[in-house]
Amino acid sequence: MKITMAHGSGGKSSARLMGDIFGKHFKNQVLDKMEDAAVLQVNGKIACSTDSFVVTPLVFKGGDIGKLCVCGTVNDLLMMGAVPKYLTCGFILEEGLDVDMLDSVVESMAKQAGEAGVIIVAGDTKVVEGSGGMYINTTGIGEIPAGRDVSSANCEDGDVIICSGHLGDHHACILSHRMEIENNIQSDCAALNDIVDALYGAGINVKTMRDVTRGGLGTVINEIAESSGVKIELEEEAIPVNPEVRGFADILGLDPLYMGNEGKMIAVVPDEQAQAALAAVRSAEHGVNAEIIGKVRTGEGAYIRTRLGASRRFDVLYGEGLPRIC
Amino acid sequence: MEIREVIDYLKSYDGRELKLMEVCGTHTAAIFKNGIRELISPKIKLISGPGCPVCVTPTAFIDKCVEYARKPGCQLLTFGDMMKVPGTRGSLSENKAEDNEGAKADIAIMYSPFEALERAKEDPDTTYVVAAVGFETTAPTYALMLRQARLQGIDNIRLVTALKTAIPALDWICANQNDIDGFICPGHVSVITGVHVYDGPAEKYGRPFVVSGFEAEHILAAIYRIVKQVEAGQGCVENMYPNAVRDEGNAKAMAAINEVYEAGPAMWRGLGVIEGSGLYLKGEYAVYDGGSRGLDSDMELPEACRCGAVITGKINPDQCPMFAAGSCTPMDPFGPCMVSSEGSCGIWYRNKH
Repeated sequence: MKITMAHGSGGKSSARLMGDIFGKHFKNQVLDKMEDAAVLQVNGKIACSTDSFVVTPLVFKGGDIGKLCVCGTVNDLLMMGAVPKYLTCGFILEEGLDVDMLDSVVESMAKQAGEAGVIIVAGDTKVVEGSGGMYINTTGIGEIPAGRDVSSANCEDGDVIICSGHLGDHHACILSHRMEIENNIQSDCAALNDIVDALYGAGINVKTMRDVTRGGLGTVINEIAESSGVKIELEEEAIPVNPEVRGFADILGLDPLYMGNEGKMIAVVPDEQAQAALAAVRSAEHGVNAEIIGKVRTGEGAYIRTRLGASRRFDVLYGEGLPRIC
Repeated sequence: MEIREVIDYLKSYDGRELKLMEVCGTHTAAIFKNGIRELISPKIKLISGPGCPVCVTPTAFIDKCVEYARKPGCQLLTFGDMMKVPGTRGSLSENKAEDNEGAKADIAIMYSPFEALERAKEDPDTTYVVAAVGFETTAPTYALMLRQARLQGIDNIRLVTALKTAIPALDWICANQNDIDGFICPGHVSVITGVHVYDGPAEKYGRPFVVSGFEAEHILAAIYRIVKQVEAGQGCVENMYPNAVRDEGNAKAMAAINEVYEAGPAMWRGLGVIEGSGLYLKGEYAVYDGGSRGLDSDMELPEACRCGAVITGKINPDQCPMFAAGSCTPMDPFGPCMVSSEGSCGIWYRNKH
């Protein structure tokens, strides 16, 4: 069965779609009341973030748009030190979308939400003309426990930068699908609760966290250096990249420094806690390949020390990179 | 010889100031990526040459592509690099986004010229026009695609070519700018042509021509050999990339080039028209040509734009007033050298030199 304009009418077909698919997968006591708005209990400071997902293809090795739209917003909340609690979702479906595809994407969202500890409390669906595509917006709220102060502006001279794992996997995976290239590269799409929990569990004074998405590490490091008014120096050889992704990137002239990820983050921690923080990140399922990749210095700009010992400045990504990656 | 010894030698070089030209844009990018300038003496200057095919493509070529993209029944296929290059009627990217008198320009980004074959077979009523830009490295791929098109009787493909050969341009630079002490020659072009193509210029101008790969070690080794040759008063051809480049080149690729193309005059932005430096479809393949000859005119650039001086290595990109003033950037470029990922202005800009 295919999605038609009638599914967006607000009438009987919409109601059936909601019951059959959304009602089946998104069961929780807030949503089940079916009121015009969800009423939520929150404590203290909250973090709020929104993101829209337009990835093509809808299903890729290692995930789908459903998993991605939960992880993306959950990770944005986590990066502020928040504990993610609630998500809303808005679906824009194109006419001709396979209902089975929608069902499997919604199922995947529900599964990922459960794993990330969030419940989906509100939603909306619209149908537009098109050719079977699908777009999802998610908005999330998380509670920030007292005493946590995470910001891109917090880095200071001497701090150490930890990268949670291999860079470029998601970018390379999506590009492989589009170019119909057979390889073993999987998207790293994941919610990073385990890494953040491990850092706080080990008592680390986490100063800055950023998920490394579109624009890649190069862009994120430049943004942090600017926000904090510091110089950041990375070690080229310490930056973790899966050899298969490295080979793929070399052939296509891509630089893993600017490739997008969906399950990678960096954490900036005080020098004296560097080893404890690294051990904590590596103890998490999504952080086993973590490395210390650089240091914060006084000064300005983002630099990388190359394999042969030269230092070069690097900038943010210019242009679009790969469109519709998330 | 260990790479550390090479670096030590180049770092402590204290002879006369040397100007070395890296001909190829991929080398320019690799030199920045590896911080090569910091590893060698400031007395060894590395300057960028005309070796980015996008950068030397004149406006008339872009305009021709736009014309086809807007023509009903045609789709233009191009590599992504060409999308943002300005033309007199806008870039391909602008034409794709804008409504032009009710008709959108039909443009698709290709990853391989062979996509044209697939599309042409699937939809025989559409003419697929391929924007063919490149040097000896890419010319054979277009040639092999057309060979297949001819064998399979596919007639709804056209090529607009701005294919060029490197040697005539090197010769032009040697003849017009005699202060360059040696050339780092492009590894991938040499894979196709072999190294003997450099014999003529090396002998005629008495300069070292050293073929290099794209790793930091390859480039440093090539610079080292050029410096040693200059010190010894030599001007020879050397292949420092023998794992990939055979002296005699790739005979099959050269045969494909010779089967499909003939040499003719071509316009190089910043250099002018150079005899024998363009590749044009010939003989049985001429029917696939979409009007590639004589695309010589170039748009009038702002007075301050020093594109030509940058491409010929007379100045570094940051010496161009428009670069320095921030009025030409990758987001808002005037010339293709700022657009292309292998263009020297874009590379300098991104590396904030």
